[in-house]
Amino acid sequence: MNKPLAAQSAAAPTSHLASYPRFIWRMLVMATEGNWLFYAWMIGLSAVALVGLNAWATQVSQGMVVTNMSDHVSWGLYIANFTFMVGLAAGGVMMVIPAYLYHDEDMHDVVIIGELLAIAAIVMCIAFVVVDLGRPERFWHMIPGIGKFHFPISMLTWDVIVLNGYLLINLHICGYLLYQRYRGRRPNPKFYIPFVFLSIGWAISIHTVTAFLYQGLGGRPFWNTALLAPRFLTSAFVSGPAFIILALEAIRYLSSYKVGDGAIRILVNIMRVTILINLLMLASEVFTEFYTGGSHTASARYLYFGLHGHDALVPWIWSSIALTIVATILLLRPKVTKHPVMLITACILAFVGIWIEKGMGLIIPGFIPSTLHEIVEYTPNGLEWRVTAGVWAAGLIIYTLAIRIAMPIFSGEVSLAKDTARDV
Amino acid sequence: MTETEKKSGLSRRTVVKGLGATLGAAAFAKAIAPLTTWSAEQSVDEFLQKHYHELGPDEMNKVIARLEEEAKTDYGADVTISDPKPQAGVKFAYALNLSICIGCRRCAEACHKENNHDRATGNSYIRVLEMKKGSLDMEQGRVDYQGPVPKPDSFYMPVQCQQCDAPPCVDVCPVEATWKEKDGIVAVDYNWCIGCRYCEAACPYHARRFNWAKPQIPAEEVNPDQGYLSNRIRPQGVMEKCTFCLHRTREGKLPACLEACPTGSRVFGNILDPESEIRWVLENKRVFVLKEELGTKPSFYYFFDE
Repeated sequence: MNKPLAAQSAAAPTSHLASYPRFIWRMLVMATEGNWLFYAWMIGLSAVALVGLNAWATQVSQGMVVTNMSDHVSWGLYIANFTFMVGLAAGGVMMVIPAYLYHDEDMHDVVIIGELLAIAAIVMCIAFVVVDLGRPERFWHMIPGIGKFHFPISMLTWDVIVLNGYLLINLHICGYLLYQRYRGRRPNPKFYIPFVFLSIGWAISIHTVTAFLYQGLGGRPFWNTALLAPRFLTSAFVSGPAFIILALEAIRYLSSYKVGDGAIRILVNIMRVTILINLLMLASEVFTEFYTGGSHTASARYLYFGLHGHDALVPWIWSSIALTIVATILLLRPKVTKHPVMLITACILAFVGIWIEKGMGLIIPGFIPSTLHEIVEYTPNGLEWRVTAGVWAAGLIIYTLAIRIAMPIFSGEVSLAKDTARDV
Repeated sequence: MTETEKKSGLSRRTVVKGLGATLGAAAFAKAIAPLTTWSAEQSVDEFLQKHYHELGPDEMNKVIARLEEEAKTDYGADVTISDPKPQAGVKFAYALNLSICIGCRRCAEACHKENNHDRATGNSYIRVLEMKKGSLDMEQGRVDYQGPVPKPDSFYMPVQCQQCDAPPCVDVCPVEATWKEKDGIVAVDYNWCIGCRYCEAACPYHARRFNWAKPQIPAEEVNPDQGYLSNRIRPQGVMEKCTFCLHRTREGKLPACLEACPTGSRVFGNILDPESEIRWVLENKRVFVLKEELGTKPSFYYFFDE
């Protein structure tokens, strides 16, 4: 991958004033070019995103009464997806750790896939919080200086800092690496390696702080457990690698770029460990809730078996457990890395399993029964699904474009030297 | 089309892209239309309004004038909005005698009317639990009880904002839209709240409510005596809660729920006044607070007579 660099660098102009706008322009051009599959995919995603945007616009103008949330279950599908997406963003860093901490050369070429995932996932996190706000136009109240930022008391302000910080760090790393590659220069370690290490610690912090949002609430016994943050991280290190494997397989089949088996093998090995630890933590939680009993464990009873005839979440959580167990069995088979179909199935099952567990299976039972022990159930309605699908589509648009741009630059197919040569 | 294409030297691909972009922009405008209509109705002054603590007296007068005008145009009601301040040497506390409460829910109804709650949802800051005698576990209670009250095997426990001295709702708010006033009341700035509902998740007493839609109240039912931090009609998309009727209690009156109570179960007053009835109750009855183990330090006490 580094071979063409030396040859190109001689021809490239050196002024950033000339080459940076050129780099931005080249990215914009690449973002709108592709084969028919690319166009079909992007048009489909745009359509879903617009449907979601329309649903959200309706929600803002008519009020959140158009959702199925209530004063009893005051957070729903949006915050469920937000929580899961934080995990996905943090899980993206699982590419970075082997590459930089253990100097694994197989990972170096694909590490950017994980970092770009972090960027797309964080944008989706922020979008899921914004669509959950009753007054999104007042977001400026949170900006320090002109608004009131309740730091450090409110955990939500911590989350704002760590999520935006993580976004900036990853934007810097990806932007710098791509720009240097485009210019045909070897990236200067001084300008990105410190940020890579920062991003590793920061990835842990985003999911820990997000867990603290919930686990610090004494009035919600279901969330008020010290296991929440460690379990968040463990499940993030299942869903993150699962998604990256799916992305790598997609790149492998849909483009001409080479993806080595080494990276996938490492990710599978990570998942084999994390998915088992996650199941162990699940067992520990279930034991504590059901062996102890009493009214503090009512939420767990509601989640797993239903309470007083109310059982809306029971199919969700058992699906999640079943999906995770099947994924575990598939992943533990020694030959899974040799069988793409088996691997892809395992990754999809694990991803969906964690999506339920970290989403609907975690947020909703925190509210059922309510703090006064009333049971009011919640099932997301069509509008909430449309908004949610819209945010997912927007996130996938960002991720697709990012990879569409990054791969040709990283492989040397697109570079400043080639662009300049073509002009002359 | 083909003519212009040739003249300007545009490739077919560029034209298709341009068409796509135009279609996309049109679809975008269509999708966002509800938001455009909505934002045209929003007042710029409201959008730029400062936090309650930052408003000077003149600015406050302007804000109040605007809100009164909005009540006229939106609800057809002539209202007066005041902004009474906490009085020195006053800290409010509430006590409720569970031995004589009969569960008639008149307190909840009075709250509904006094505080200009949405008529469609029948909202109230008070929920009354019917509890089986012999247990204080709320899991054994229910709010949807029906039929004549009191039932011989039950007692009744109204729950509203406990005006905690260590309020979790205030801690979690990311924008300081809710805070503890000097007289102990936890207030909300309805014009500063962003509607994230974190406080609603944090409250252990189900005391907070969200305005899922713009409240609907017929003009003749609007209570015109309104407080800025209490019972003025709330905007859509923000939190609200019981304020011990601060527009009344800071003027020396009693909360609406207390006045409506037919049994005299409710005792309200200044805990710093040694002569007050609330002080007498706290000193002479064996009182307890809800969920004491959470460390929220409520200013709302319950007691039994014997």
